[in-house]
Amino acid sequence: MTAQASPQTTSRRSLLLQAAGLGVSVSFLGGSAFAAADGAMARRKLVVIICRGGMDGLTISPPIGDPDYAALRGAVAVAPDQALKLDGTFGLHPALQSVHALALKGQARIAPAIASPDRARSHFEAQDVLETGAAQVYGVNTGWLNRTLEVMGPSKVEGLSVGATAPLILRGKVQAASWSPGKGVDEAARLPTLLQDLYKADPLMGPAFARGLETETMAQAAMTALNPAPAPVSTDTTAMNTSGMTPQVAAPPAVAQAMAPTAMTQDARAIAGQRQGREAARKLGATLAGFMVQDGGPRIAAISLDGWDTHAGQVGQLNTRLSYLDAVLDGLNTGLGEEWRNTVVVAATEFGRTARVNGTGGTDHGTGSTALVLGGGLRKGGLIGDWPTLRPDALFENRDVRPTLDMRGLFKGVLADHMGVDRAALETRVFPDSADAKPVSGLV
Amino acid sequence: MSLPSSDLMAAIAATRFGLGARPGEIDAARDDPRGFLAAQIRPAGADQPQGGEDSAQRLAEVSDYQMQKRDAKATGEAKGPVVKDLQKDLKDQAGDDFLARARLGATTDAAFRERWALFWANHFTVSATSLAVGSVAGPFEQEAIRPHVFGRFEDLLVASSTHPAMLLYLDQAQSVGPDSRAAQYQRKSGKKAGGLNENLAREILELHTVGVDAGYKQADVTEFARAMTGFSVGRPKDPSPHRFLFRDNAHEPGPRTVMGRRYPQEGQAQALAVMRDLAASPHTARHLATKLAVHFVSDTPPPALVARLQKAYLDSDGRLDEVARALVAAPEAWDPVAAKFKTPYEFAISTWRSIDAQPSGIDKLAPVLTGLGQKPFSAPSPKGWADEAQVWCAPDALIKRLRFSEGFAAVVADRLDPSLLAQTALGARLTPAVAKAMARAETRREAMALLLMSPEFQRR
Repeated sequence: MTAQASPQTTSRRSLLLQAAGLGVSVSFLGGSAFAAADGAMARRKLVVIICRGGMDGLTISPPIGDPDYAALRGAVAVAPDQALKLDGTFGLHPALQSVHALALKGQARIAPAIASPDRARSHFEAQDVLETGAAQVYGVNTGWLNRTLEVMGPSKVEGLSVGATAPLILRGKVQAASWSPGKGVDEAARLPTLLQDLYKADPLMGPAFARGLETETMAQAAMTALNPAPAPVSTDTTAMNTSGMTPQVAAPPAVAQAMAPTAMTQDARAIAGQRQGREAARKLGATLAGFMVQDGGPRIAAISLDGWDTHAGQVGQLNTRLSYLDAVLDGLNTGLGEEWRNTVVVAATEFGRTARVNGTGGTDHGTGSTALVLGGGLRKGGLIGDWPTLRPDALFENRDVRPTLDMRGLFKGVLADHMGVDRAALETRVFPDSADAKPVSGLV
Repeated sequence: MSLPSSDLMAAIAATRFGLGARPGEIDAARDDPRGFLAAQIRPAGADQPQGGEDSAQRLAEVSDYQMQKRDAKATGEAKGPVVKDLQKDLKDQAGDDFLARARLGATTDAAFRERWALFWANHFTVSATSLAVGSVAGPFEQEAIRPHVFGRFEDLLVASSTHPAMLLYLDQAQSVGPDSRAAQYQRKSGKKAGGLNENLAREILELHTVGVDAGYKQADVTEFARAMTGFSVGRPKDPSPHRFLFRDNAHEPGPRTVMGRRYPQEGQAQALAVMRDLAASPHTARHLATKLAVHFVSDTPPPALVARLQKAYLDSDGRLDEVARALVAAPEAWDPVAAKFKTPYEFAISTWRSIDAQPSGIDKLAPVLTGLGQKPFSAPSPKGWADEAQVWCAPDALIKRLRFSEGFAAVVADRLDPSLLAQTALGARLTPAVAKAMARAETRREAMALLLMSPEFQRR
């Protein structure tokens, strides 16, 4: 093990650190047991992106052809000439250029009126329901991706989150790892070994620490796999050159200014900042892809994107957030390369927002929203689920986009057809009590 | 339920109820561990960190910055040095606020009092989602939270809900009643009329008071939001610039019904009456009792403990000093098992406390906390920072904590006696396994890193 990280690696790390500061985090599960599985199915991959805060479906995929859209939305409507056209009714927000390019190839589709089974309009309840896959909020404390791994057979599982906390969707019996950029730890050093002894009796710290050490190794490979330079791979992760109290690589400006507001104003510097943010988000997607293309790498991953709660000043805020979402997806798509055709990505949120603009240039908590489904192996097709329209009598509680599709149906369809998860196990263990959420079929 | 030995109780008092033991703290608590904590409860509220400007001064600076920026834009020039300096000043001040609070935490003799204040600051989270809110996050805590943490919950709720930081953070300041005089006037003059924003009303119900399972409906949220219209912040030309201002002309006229009760009051008395009833609700007592028990004792707290805290709240009309006394008195709170896993802030502060030191600069502190997942003044949502071990004890977080511990030890361990440090920091909570590992360590640095990373130090 040497202590020389290549310059590319260092700058990649600092970019990724910025991504962590943007409220983006990645987690993955997968493992070597899958490598032993047979045939083409063994290469299939799934990435779930959770957009936290209540992402506004009417902005991500504006129904510009719906006769009620412009009037309901007023100043926060996407103009028809700005939207990237999908069909006679729908377009995509102009920031979603990569998604649109994929859509034109039949590799991206929208589900414009989807919702979890929760109707409380509380972020926290609705996110719990989205991540646990339960029919109601309380009583389940494991995530459905974790239970998916359980039913896919016993496996050595990796999990990772850039951002240092473990999201609920990954919590459960199967130990998930997490990772974020920074200096690694030398596994051969004494301290980790001594600590592992001390953690033997600690049910939480023992497994988490072991996973953390393992993930470092994989991270090195992921970071260097994406380096264009054919330089010899440095796998050293120690470099514990402790010249100060900061136990990490020198933090980039975005992180060092820990007070930097996340909401950006529209001046030149903000635009530059946004460009940098996009680049960081793209690298994050590409690094995750780097993990996933490794032999024995994860086949199931989750990404969190914060910042979708747009009660005020929605237009600028969503412009920024959607450009990051687009960048993460672009990074994943290019980073996966050949493996893109074996991958499905679903981006979903806990609930949509009110159909009408509120009094402060934003929208309040609603119900139906848009989910994006992307992948190189998607079958061509139009909307996923029905569009209920925005007619006054079609709105849910005279307020929100009426959901026509249960989120669990989409997830069940993807897990069954794309990942080959046993249908009976889907109904009993991954999404219990979901009989009324019929699996969406024919996506891949 | 029997209590542990007074040696163990003294260690628990300093680590679980406090912010980690400073040298001599466990000894000071030994004679009467519960009395040691109860003596820290006082009507005057929490201590105040070394103060900077108040929130009105800060918002005046923000407004000045925004004006300069607009002027610069109008003249077509890029951001000049003046604008840049103003922006940098605002960020530096926010950094100073956070550092002052961390230093108070690292040095205070009344760490239970400080932890109690931090709990309420997190309960009424204000997160730096904009430069304006970031500039007043520190003053908010000093003005709205700290004076009231041992007073009546209702006063704390009103102080939080009428503070500019909260009104800006949750968009209340610009919420306008659709049938208010202001909206009617706007419509008459052909302007776009302002309207309702229900963000703060919803979070008061869901997060600050009765809790999400209290059975309120969307209609209750909307009605409460209507009652709250007019709660705003004075603009530079208003009678109370940059302070709370009730805009009567933005208030939605008429009686409101929230959770089955009718509120005929006019003006700001209406929302204040709703808040009074919310504070008195048994749902609120239960919600707060549960959160406190989770924060101090266990992610799955004993029902008997929650019941005690709830009863103390209801019996005293929501007096938080009585709730604090009930917590200290409860035998369930002294369970020898350390079920709580420290948050990054608690871990960092307790590290400095263990060696009787304090963080030297925000440039040292902020990157550490950001790397560990707890960026200063930046909770991910109005719900505040999580309290569950599962969230913070993630694989990457442990690796990061190890790096921090190694870095910290590299700077300070060479002039310390590791076994003394272990006694100082953990007292009777030190286990033979950790003591042995430290005794066998090759260097002082390794011994100290082992101590900081031990389950006993990571938990409380």
